[in-house]
Amino acid sequence: MKSEAPLRLQLVGVSKSFPGVRANDNVSLRVKPGEIHALLGENGAGKSTLVKMIYGILAPDEGQIIFDGSPQRISNPRAARRLGIGMVFQHFSLFEAMTVLENIALGLDSRLPQRELLAQFNRVLEAYHLKLDPRRVVSTLSVGERQRIEIVRALLLNPRLLIMDEPTSVLTPQEVEQLFETLKHLASSGCSILYISHKLHEIVALCDTATILRGGRVVAACDPKRETSRSMAEMMIGANLKEIAKPAGRVFGEPKLAAGSLSLPKPSEFGVALKDVALLVRAGEIFGVAGVAGNGQNELLSAVSGETLALNPGAIVLAGRPVGRLGVNERRNMGLCAVPEERNGHAAVSEFSLTDNASLTGRETMDMVWYGLIDPGKAREYASDVIGAFTVKATGPGALAGSLSGGNLQKFIMGREIMQRPEALVVCQPTWGVDAGAAAAIHQAIVDLAARGSAVLVISQDLDELLTLCDTIAVINLGRMSPPMKVGEVSIEEIGLLMGGVHGDPAATAEMTEALHAHPI
Amino acid sequence: MNLAFIIDALVTVVGVTTPILLAATGELVVEKSGVINLGVEGMMLIGAITGFAITFNYGPDLGDWAPWVGVVCAALAAAISSQLFGFLVLTLGSNQVATGLALTIFGIGLSSLIGAGYVGMTVPEFATPFPDWLAGDPVWRVLFGYSPLVYFALIAVLVVGWFLNRTRAGLVLRAVGENDISAHSIGYSVLAIRYAAIAFGGAMAGVAGAYFSMVITPMWAEQMTAGRGWIALALVVFSGWRAGRLLVGAYFFGILMTLELYAKASGFSFLPSQFWAAMPYIMAVVVLAVISARGVAGSEAPACLGRPFMPSN
Repeated sequence: MKSEAPLRLQLVGVSKSFPGVRANDNVSLRVKPGEIHALLGENGAGKSTLVKMIYGILAPDEGQIIFDGSPQRISNPRAARRLGIGMVFQHFSLFEAMTVLENIALGLDSRLPQRELLAQFNRVLEAYHLKLDPRRVVSTLSVGERQRIEIVRALLLNPRLLIMDEPTSVLTPQEVEQLFETLKHLASSGCSILYISHKLHEIVALCDTATILRGGRVVAACDPKRETSRSMAEMMIGANLKEIAKPAGRVFGEPKLAAGSLSLPKPSEFGVALKDVALLVRAGEIFGVAGVAGNGQNELLSAVSGETLALNPGAIVLAGRPVGRLGVNERRNMGLCAVPEERNGHAAVSEFSLTDNASLTGRETMDMVWYGLIDPGKAREYASDVIGAFTVKATGPGALAGSLSGGNLQKFIMGREIMQRPEALVVCQPTWGVDAGAAAAIHQAIVDLAARGSAVLVISQDLDELLTLCDTIAVINLGRMSPPMKVGEVSIEEIGLLMGGVHGDPAATAEMTEALHAHPI
Repeated sequence: MNLAFIIDALVTVVGVTTPILLAATGELVVEKSGVINLGVEGMMLIGAITGFAITFNYGPDLGDWAPWVGVVCAALAAAISSQLFGFLVLTLGSNQVATGLALTIFGIGLSSLIGAGYVGMTVPEFATPFPDWLAGDPVWRVLFGYSPLVYFALIAVLVVGWFLNRTRAGLVLRAVGENDISAHSIGYSVLAIRYAAIAFGGAMAGVAGAYFSMVITPMWAEQMTAGRGWIALALVVFSGWRAGRLLVGAYFFGILMTLELYAKASGFSFLPSQFWAAMPYIMAVVVLAVISARGVAGSEAPACLGRPFMPSN
């Protein structure tokens, strides 16, 4: 057994507590050299806390971190980098107003003259077949390119262990493909990778080993190649996964919500102009809008909900009536409800109680107003109904919206709109940052609403979500909407190309398009 | 218009501009680190009275070194007052705008209290370091006739520009102002860097204040900085947070104010004097409006300007 190389990373009984929570409880983990090791778990399972300890951002309360066979106390990220641990954050630690090269320099501990740094930068790009212009300012780059900066920054340190925290949540399928190439290349050269995700098919495709966390503890370690996405999901949530029950053979009714030639100028310097958007959602239909973040999704939501008025009344039609020039309240009273992406501050006021939040959108439709006064009893009753029907974990209707967890608040907001029985519902990112249990409940509620004859428009960046949920799907890219496609008849590759292919790399996109034409789908 | 008149005017412009330039250079560094310190006026006054009092009391013992010691003490005193601000906004996470205003009020009050016994007293002027035949020359005095603080102000703004854009430490400072969370997660100490930037801003404001009580009118008068701290703040915003434009902008302001002085002296005023009296307050409103309207200031403002940063662990 002498010839066996020491483990790259070994955690022995690592624990970490925060006031009120035990984020990690006696976690042990073994990562071999050159291994791609998945760290799986729901939101709040303790994945991020664990890697923050490995990267020196947090200090463990108990337990030992053994790196390359010798126990280490990693007191800060600098010390972690000295050992050869690199990390790519979920939320990029980039500086928007600075150039790519300046961002790279900030991530390095050694002081290099600029010319030397540039040479090293180009060497890494070449070795891993990555494309990136060092002089560009970060704010002009796509998300995929930004992530590449983070990766190059980590690779420049010649890491022996690279931690990737939810790297694919913002990428197009093609960009994911490219990232996986890079990671496999890196692993084959001996670097271990700790890959955090909750996207199970990615883990099956990429990883050699998986450790599953739940509630801060390791609940299982497995070989993803021998598991199915479903079995791993069940280990993750610790219960059987409920299938979304979608009634078969549904027929759609009359058009409920339509947009035609909807064009709007940029709302701000960083916004996106909508260009000639058209869509049609019929009664009982769930219509999905896919796209990479920042391609006009928020602008589309506010145009449909009435936060931004269209230029002519006919641009938005609700159940046959032109509403393009009507405001949010008028549209809501006509049966159009909306759930924006941002929960705190847009969909709900975090400093308000759930009762007050319920009356904010439900006061007219749920008949709470009496001669201009809100009936607090009815408002409370409605909030309690929503809490009950959607199993929202809250201390009661008096709880502040801000005190709820993301998933519970989202369930409450969805419930508040759905129970108004809208003719049409628009939702943006319905399950963003929501755990799998709550996500399944929200999905089921959307399907049930459609089954009762409402039209539902779902705008999401999560392609898996759209493909399981929707009947029809269209892609928004740079403010333009693709023609609608039937789910089940369209391939992921096709959607990915419409989403913009490999962002910032026209050559690769052209290549993909050619490949698609060569092998028609 | 003859040569002597033009030289007189130029000398006035430099005199008017220097304290604004000094204070604005310091505030530029503070704001680049993501902190807005509206206490510039207060720190200037603390510097002004400290420099004056030290020179007045110990001048005779210190001899030639007296003004230098005075200026260093002015910088130290203002820097210490800025650390009080730093403790409140950085460690305790208080609102930067409110705390900065409080610092200004504190500075006005403290300087008046300490200065109560010095009103109307004078100290020798912190005069030019160049020999008389050069500094006193009717023409060459336009280059050599100034207090060392004038040359210091010019060097300081150039050094700060070089520091911010060409050095690694400057890059780190800008990074902290641009995205404090990222800088923290990469492993930089956001609070330590901001404390240092605030201390530098305080020291520069102190020197600017000393310029009033030791160079312009080498005597003490209450609130003698007359709102120049607010103009320095406005200048940082209008310069788009760039050292080069700060230098040009400071002189532009200086020329404007000198024109007004001359116009008034000749019995003609193109703007009512009340307007000039109100200028600092108008500037304060404009600064806050521009900073709040991020869309207007756009990408030029450090992205974290005015936002408290509380590290989570």
